[in-house]
Amino acid sequence: MSQSAVDVPAKGGFSYDLCKRNDMLIQKGLKAPSFLKTGTTIVGLIFKDGVILGADTRATEGPIVADKNCEKIHYMAPNIYCCGAGTAADTEAVTDMVSSQLRLHRYQTGRDSRVITALTLLKKHLFSYQGHVSAALVLGGVDITGPHLHTIYPHGSTDTLPFATMGSGSLAAMSVFEAKYKEGLTRDEGIKLVAEAICSGIFNDLGSGSNVDICVITKGNKEYLRNYMEPNPRTYVSSNGYSFTKKTEVLRTKITPLKERVEIIEVTGEAMEE
Amino acid sequence: MTFTIPIDNGDALKNAEADSQRTLYPYVTGTSIVAIKYKDGVLMASDMGGSYGSTLRYKNIERMKAIGKHSLLGASGEISDFQEILRYLDELVLNDNMWDDGNSLGPKEVHNYLTRVMYNRRNKFNPLWNTLVLGGVKNGESYLGMVSMIGVSFEDNHVATGFGNHLARPILRDEWHADLSFEEGVKLLEKCMRVLLYRDRSAINKLQIAKITEEGVTVSQPYSLKTFWEFKAFNNPTAGAEGSW
Repeated sequence: MSQSAVDVPAKGGFSYDLCKRNDMLIQKGLKAPSFLKTGTTIVGLIFKDGVILGADTRATEGPIVADKNCEKIHYMAPNIYCCGAGTAADTEAVTDMVSSQLRLHRYQTGRDSRVITALTLLKKHLFSYQGHVSAALVLGGVDITGPHLHTIYPHGSTDTLPFATMGSGSLAAMSVFEAKYKEGLTRDEGIKLVAEAICSGIFNDLGSGSNVDICVITKGNKEYLRNYMEPNPRTYVSSNGYSFTKKTEVLRTKITPLKERVEIIEVTGEAMEE
Repeated sequence: MTFTIPIDNGDALKNAEADSQRTLYPYVTGTSIVAIKYKDGVLMASDMGGSYGSTLRYKNIERMKAIGKHSLLGASGEISDFQEILRYLDELVLNDNMWDDGNSLGPKEVHNYLTRVMYNRRNKFNPLWNTLVLGGVKNGESYLGMVSMIGVSFEDNHVATGFGNHLARPILRDEWHADLSFEEGVKLLEKCMRVLLYRDRSAINKLQIAKITEEGVTVSQPYSLKTFWEFKAFNNPTAGAEGSW
């Protein structure tokens, strides 16, 4: 961090100290490293008994697929899950942070977490970083007040919707939802529609691909269906299996037992103080 | 051996006056076109809006026109360039008729002509700012193709331009199949146009569907689609989250 004349506010938020220096470096020709983004199609919908969230599993680094099977549906609370699109590090960090804040809050209040609590904690954080934390989230859960589904944009605005899509594949998934969503869907109908929307993103958007993850949250119960559907299996596998004919030759074997070289000291004393 | 480099005064790229002759941005634009092949020929749908930036300036623009006896041209993008293309095609069809040899330009020929025009304009850095959809039937064979403003040209069973690329193509890829009946085709196109109406800000609820078969071209009267806004969640969206929207 630079030594600036202005005091950095203690509570956090985006610090603009290094912006001038970054601009100067870019002008001089420095190429900023690209982020690991999640490309992504993430969706959520409200059905008769609760909320269903869906996501694809491809993480991209520019034009390369960095992770073929990543997890984009993050745990927030036993009754609340959050899908994340945008920069992978940002979505992970922000959902982890709010998840632990929610747990502490649960210990303090003795009650189950509510979805709007997670919503407010997330949007406060994202807004204070003015969109630089590039996390676009679909937050869904069922609490004492009923099922809820929200979208949160990187700049901190939120929407409350019956069905929502985010990420580069959001238009492909939204076209499926707009054409086929009805109120009062059953669990199976809802899962089918979510899988269809994610598949639409997987096959029509280059930033999304691989498998479909689904999470069904109802009152008092949640089902995390990891890799619910795998519509991109490896098609050509050698039927003979793979064998490596030439084994590595062993030239010499030397075993050094470590126990003789390590001193084990028994410590009797008090445990660390709180 | 001396070698002199001539000073080029007529270089369009450097000459400031010549700049005003090139197309730099579109002004009055039409939004998506969606088209599919069906049992008897080709169906094409478009709305009738012409936007001037973010204003909806014109609400009665026909963006689909018959070309000769066998083709139907739909365009999205700059409306004035579309009208210019219609003038070129008019001349082409006229010259073809003057031969009076019983042969007439089919959709494949018109598509090829348009591809050449668009690509050559692009090479001169003076594009016609359109994405064109060309459908037609000749001698029982249906044809559906597309040309973009930079000259990318191809044919397919179903095409979409503009926002239709992102919103209509996934639906068409999933639900199109060969030998759709007329009713099924119209239903499929309406499904796509409805999603576009919900999610494209420059779409309006006044659309036409054009049909081209061996018999010829018919463009329907303008009509609107029914939309649904009665989701319970839209009634009081902030019931659970006071203060948000």
